[in-house]
Amino acid sequence: MSTAQHVDTNTAVDVMTDTDQYLTFILAGEEYGVDILRVQEIKGWDSVTPIPNTPDYIKGVINLRGTIVPIIDLRHRFSLDEIPYGATTVVIVLKVESENGNRTMGIVVDAVSDVYNVSEDEMKPPPDFGTISIDYVKGLATLEEKMVIVLEIDKLLNSGIMDNADELLQ
Amino acid sequence: MESGLLNLDIGAADDETVNSIFRAAHSIKGGSATFGFTDVADFTHGMETLLDEMRDGSRDVTQVSVDTLLQSVDCLRQMLAASRDKTPIDTERAAELKSELEEILASGNNSAATHTIEKNKTTATPGSSDDREGWKIKFKPYHDMLKTGNDPVRMFRELAELGALSVEVDISQLPILDDLDPEESYLSWELTLKENIEIEKVKEIFEWVEDECDFEIIEIKSDAPQSNEVSKEAVAENNTKSVSPTPKAAAKSTANKYPVNTDSASIRVSIDKVDALINMVGELVITQSMIGQLDCDFDDFDITRMEKLRDGLTLLERNTRELQESVMRIRMLPISFAFNRFPRMVHDLCQQLDKKIELKTTGEQTELDKTVMEKIGDPLVHLVRNSIDHGIEMPAERLAAGKPESGTIELNAFHKGGNIIIEIKDDGAGFNKEKIKAKAIEKELIGSDENLTDDKIYDLIFQPGFSTAEQLSDISGRGVGMDVVKRNIRELGGNIDVKSEAGNGTTFTIRLPLTLAILDGQLVCVGDEIYITPLVSIVESLQIKKEFVNNIAGQTELYKVRDEYIPIVRMHDIFGIKIKRKSLEGGLLVVVEGDGKKVGLLVDELLGQQQVVIKSLETNYKRVDGVSGATILGDGTVALILDVDGLIDLSRNPPTPKRSPESGVREVA
Repeated sequence: MSTAQHVDTNTAVDVMTDTDQYLTFILAGEEYGVDILRVQEIKGWDSVTPIPNTPDYIKGVINLRGTIVPIIDLRHRFSLDEIPYGATTVVIVLKVESENGNRTMGIVVDAVSDVYNVSEDEMKPPPDFGTISIDYVKGLATLEEKMVIVLEIDKLLNSGIMDNADELLQ
Repeated sequence: MESGLLNLDIGAADDETVNSIFRAAHSIKGGSATFGFTDVADFTHGMETLLDEMRDGSRDVTQVSVDTLLQSVDCLRQMLAASRDKTPIDTERAAELKSELEEILASGNNSAATHTIEKNKTTATPGSSDDREGWKIKFKPYHDMLKTGNDPVRMFRELAELGALSVEVDISQLPILDDLDPEESYLSWELTLKENIEIEKVKEIFEWVEDECDFEIIEIKSDAPQSNEVSKEAVAENNTKSVSPTPKAAAKSTANKYPVNTDSASIRVSIDKVDALINMVGELVITQSMIGQLDCDFDDFDITRMEKLRDGLTLLERNTRELQESVMRIRMLPISFAFNRFPRMVHDLCQQLDKKIELKTTGEQTELDKTVMEKIGDPLVHLVRNSIDHGIEMPAERLAAGKPESGTIELNAFHKGGNIIIEIKDDGAGFNKEKIKAKAIEKELIGSDENLTDDKIYDLIFQPGFSTAEQLSDISGRGVGMDVVKRNIRELGGNIDVKSEAGNGTTFTIRLPLTLAILDGQLVCVGDEIYITPLVSIVESLQIKKEFVNNIAGQTELYKVRDEYIPIVRMHDIFGIKIKRKSLEGGLLVVVEGDGKKVGLLVDELLGQQQVVIKSLETNYKRVDGVSGATILGDGTVALILDVDGLIDLSRNPPTPKRSPESGVREVA
């Protein structure tokens, strides 16, 4: 799956440059990046309809022009302290690939930051910090003296969401 | 399937590719067996066995086996075409290939691997590529080349893609019409390819036929074209009594091989339904003109017009609704379309297996969306075949187990809580849990010390390549199928459950969503949330009076409605919503019925009733217990639709506070 995704990005943007573009966002002072081609839209935070009996990082669902889109609070997901949603709080709507086809999901983040070009050489593999979360990190990139954590959104957003049966399959 | 084979890297085949080829072969086999093309089924069985071994990893993927498989695919295609055109099947060639397959199967891994194709009969002397103008190719197929499914026309077309190609055909060997065997090749060709390309590219095209023809490639220099040298072999071959299929015939056969798929999705609708629609539209137009007649001049607005406007709107509402229903009905077909093929199938298989099986179907009139119907057919066939083959025991065994001699397979279809349920139930032997477990451990799907619940064990049968049947038969038992069944059903947004009791049979339950469904719903308020209860499941709604509330064991609360005691389900608790009121007094109880049981849902408020469009939660998320879907309310917010059956289950087994281990994932430490 990830290779296919790679091919996509390469053909779409990188005909001339040899880099991928990443949208970065801020979460508790840290900067994270996601592949910009996966970003469907960015919208302000709006109230959601909570879904009962789901993990609490699932804030609920919203109506995105007729489709029901689940919203995930990344702070919760990463067990970071909760902060009240403010003026910069945004929802990034992402296309997530899973074995059952593509899903559309939203993540709540503190603020969006910038768009960067990151070449493959610049991307460092994440050090093994011995936690499960290494699976969710595609790599680390240094941009303007800052570290950006590039996320593997497919893995991140599919995990814990799939049915048991799916977990078995993986 | 063909493309899958072609993608197969020699030596390093990935499991998914092999699996998909295997599935294709299996489907062909299953399908052809169902329709009585036994030759095709037999033939495919051989291919399948080979593929199965590759899949298991017990055999390496070699060039030879891939070649043979490819040829088999060609042969298969011809067989299918032959069956379609009602012409006799070329059994000779099939037998030939079959024995080849068997040979490969019989031969060990090593010997197959060593049998590589290294017989290049080309005599070309590659000069420096600068002054090369092109290639002259002499191509003389042995007269039985066509039988291996190789098609010169196709090869020439490929050549033509490489550059300007001129073809000269030598028909000197063509016999008179009476002696002509259309399956033999009598022609030879001389091709001139005017393009400066690598010789490898040319060779590549002839790769498949190297062993079945004489060919030589001669370089054409720009200054002086080399004289043609005819290879000895070619001369030797010339004395065979040869003569010819017309190139025309060959071209025709290629055209047939890739028929243009013209049948775009279409649907047969009974004329009644269409008439009903037309009537409805007529009424709609009348209503529209009726409302249009009301002058929209609000200056002299009087109450009579208001009346009329209201009448018009009511009418419009009714029309819209009826129109909507009829349009939806167009897509719906009774499930008997899918069920009809089973009596015959069961009958045939019974005879084949010497089993006695009775097939009972109920709910044939249950209507199903056409697209769903089309996709559910194959999974159903798989499941029924499995039941017949593995589920139902032989008559003698059944008698020994104290069961009636003839087994029963039930196919039931019905609506349940916004879903369509299809049950396939047999009274056979049921699953052998230990065997499944042992097999799973053997296949390394689970660890040997893993403790699994029954449901988890049964889930294992949906894994690719899983089969506990001791003997492979051409009906089932290769373990293909169940994973496909599950995947197909998932693609439809449904799910499949299996329940089995050793000795008493197995029940598969397929749950399919009603696509395009619109639902009449009652909006209820719980805490700050709005939920929609399907109107069909509501029996009544009442205000709670304290004197009718009774407790059992201090916990379960029952409410007395006339002479019935109904358990109260506190929605707040089940859904973990902040409570507005604590006491039952004054709360509202919505009595709902699901699965034959009644419960009272405690809610805070009843809002309006309205039709809602069901949107799937599963598209972007997953199934949630107690919720059948979601909808969008008039103000654009999302409201969840309650699944009454699910709620009843939930109330019986209250959810353990779900704190998934995943939620505590720490990012960079």
